[in-house]
Amino acid sequence: MDRAIRTRAAAFQAHFASHGAVPVETPILQPAEVLLDLYGEDIRARAYVTQDPLRGEQMLRPDFTVPVVQMHMAHGADPARYTYAGEVFRRQETDTGRASEYMQVGYEVFDRSDAAAADAEVFTLIAAPLVHLGLRAVTGDMGLLIAAVAGLDTTPARKAALRRHIWRPARFRALLDRYAGRTPPPATRAALLANAQPLGCAPEIGLRGRDDVAARIDSLRADAAAPPLAAADIDRLTDLLAIAGPMPQALATLELLSRDLPAIRRATEAMRLRMAALAARGIDPATLHFDATHGRGSMEYYDGFVFSLIAPDQPALPPVASGGRYDALTRVLGAGAAIPAVGGVIRPELVLMLEAAR
Amino acid sequence: MTLKLGVPSKGRLMEQTFDWFAARGLTLSRTGSDREYAGAIAGLAGMELVLLSAGEIPRDLAAGRIHLGVTGTDLVREKLPDWASVVTPLAEMGFGHADLVIAVPSFWTDVDTLDDLDAVAAAFRARHGFRLRIATKYHRLVRDFLRGHGVADYQLIDSQGATEGTVKNETAEAIADITSSGDTLRANHLKVLADGLVLPSQATLFASRTAALDADDAATLVRFRALVQNDVASAR
Repeated sequence: MDRAIRTRAAAFQAHFASHGAVPVETPILQPAEVLLDLYGEDIRARAYVTQDPLRGEQMLRPDFTVPVVQMHMAHGADPARYTYAGEVFRRQETDTGRASEYMQVGYEVFDRSDAAAADAEVFTLIAAPLVHLGLRAVTGDMGLLIAAVAGLDTTPARKAALRRHIWRPARFRALLDRYAGRTPPPATRAALLANAQPLGCAPEIGLRGRDDVAARIDSLRADAAAPPLAAADIDRLTDLLAIAGPMPQALATLELLSRDLPAIRRATEAMRLRMAALAARGIDPATLHFDATHGRGSMEYYDGFVFSLIAPDQPALPPVASGGRYDALTRVLGAGAAIPAVGGVIRPELVLMLEAAR
Repeated sequence: MTLKLGVPSKGRLMEQTFDWFAARGLTLSRTGSDREYAGAIAGLAGMELVLLSAGEIPRDLAAGRIHLGVTGTDLVREKLPDWASVVTPLAEMGFGHADLVIAVPSFWTDVDTLDDLDAVAAAFRARHGFRLRIATKYHRLVRDFLRGHGVADYQLIDSQGATEGTVKNETAEAIADITSSGDTLRANHLKVLADGLVLPSQATLFASRTAALDADDAATLVRFRALVQNDVASAR
């Protein structure tokens, strides 16, 4: 890899270390079976996965956050701040112009004390060495949508289905329309539920058994009997997803909306505190764009604050830096233990490219 | 130089390809012994016949080792990333029809659509602790299709043959494979999802966009296209 990229990566890492982060390394080869599920569909499809006769399915590290969380949950003492620099690997199947091996330099914070302060700390430390590039900051908060779904007045099964598809917007919308009764179920579904003997007589093959089929038919019956989602609930969810603009205006809209949508009050309050924490670190929140849908296309482990720093005149370029909060991931990898955590990465080769283009 | 045409080297696909070109005034033939993969082409000067495995024709087209080639749409889309930038389809040939479909056990009366498959995948994972397995050799096509339709909690299991048997053998819960009549699926107690058509495929004549052409080749290509494409226009 280009020496200039390594030199720059080392400089970013030194910057993070000077703010108290401990340099860490993670193996390049990672167990795929356990970890691959924690990423989004995009990464799942693009990881280099191979079969190891002794260790099972292995993959080339597609990011650092998951292995760093795993390491911290296994033997880290909190609070902790880590920094790392190294290659990540992602197959590029269609866009052949994109790199399939590139450097990431990251900063991750595991701290129980003050979530808003930690969010602001990560954002500020990542944005500071990139100020000269004039990047556009786009932020979001996955916690808002997660809370809004949890607060819907509907069955737990429907909420779980919506929660599962937060990261697949098209299917999320299709489910909403169906639960609201706006799209009728397929005719075959009605026929199945009307059938007195819906199990049929074809031979039972494979691991999914006839008892599973019967159980699902029961749950389909229960769902058909459940009342539709109220139109007003759907409208509020649609309003929430449409919020976009400078952070202070977005917060004002959220505060208005949260009067009718009590489920998002805590997440809205968290955003207010985050904005204050950013201002306290010298960042003018009006310069940060907020988009309620930001984060729906990226890593599935983000569940709170998310951000990207984007080159405004190069829309095809991946974000130069990005990150977010992933409290739930620490619980998944912590075997019962959990700790609030937030982090982000810079891609040094994109920084060099933008500097050369100036 | 010569303009190289790659065609499948054996079986029914080769015979039908030869017939298709014969109807357009180009006589293709194998030369030498039965076992030798050498061929000749009559009817248009400046061309050379290359007999290849149908599965290798997409890669040879992409690499520019042949200028023209006959293979299935399914193989081109599966094997070539960004296929439209490296090959151009010249003519659909009307044989070798096969659909890439997603199929599940027939006794799954609760599953009729991708929507159902997605819901079942979530329940399966919760019960068994691993993602629902779909056996296929068409990884790229199936993954793109399922991602486009927002299906989650599945994994693709590689199966290079006898894919319809994987469910009974409990190495997969569903399959994605090529079918022409559906007989093999039915015999293995499988049914196709109502919206489970991933790609309709047939034998297609492709031109490479990467193969080098000298002036003679370019002139030959114009005459070749006139032969094979006029017919397509007049048949419509």
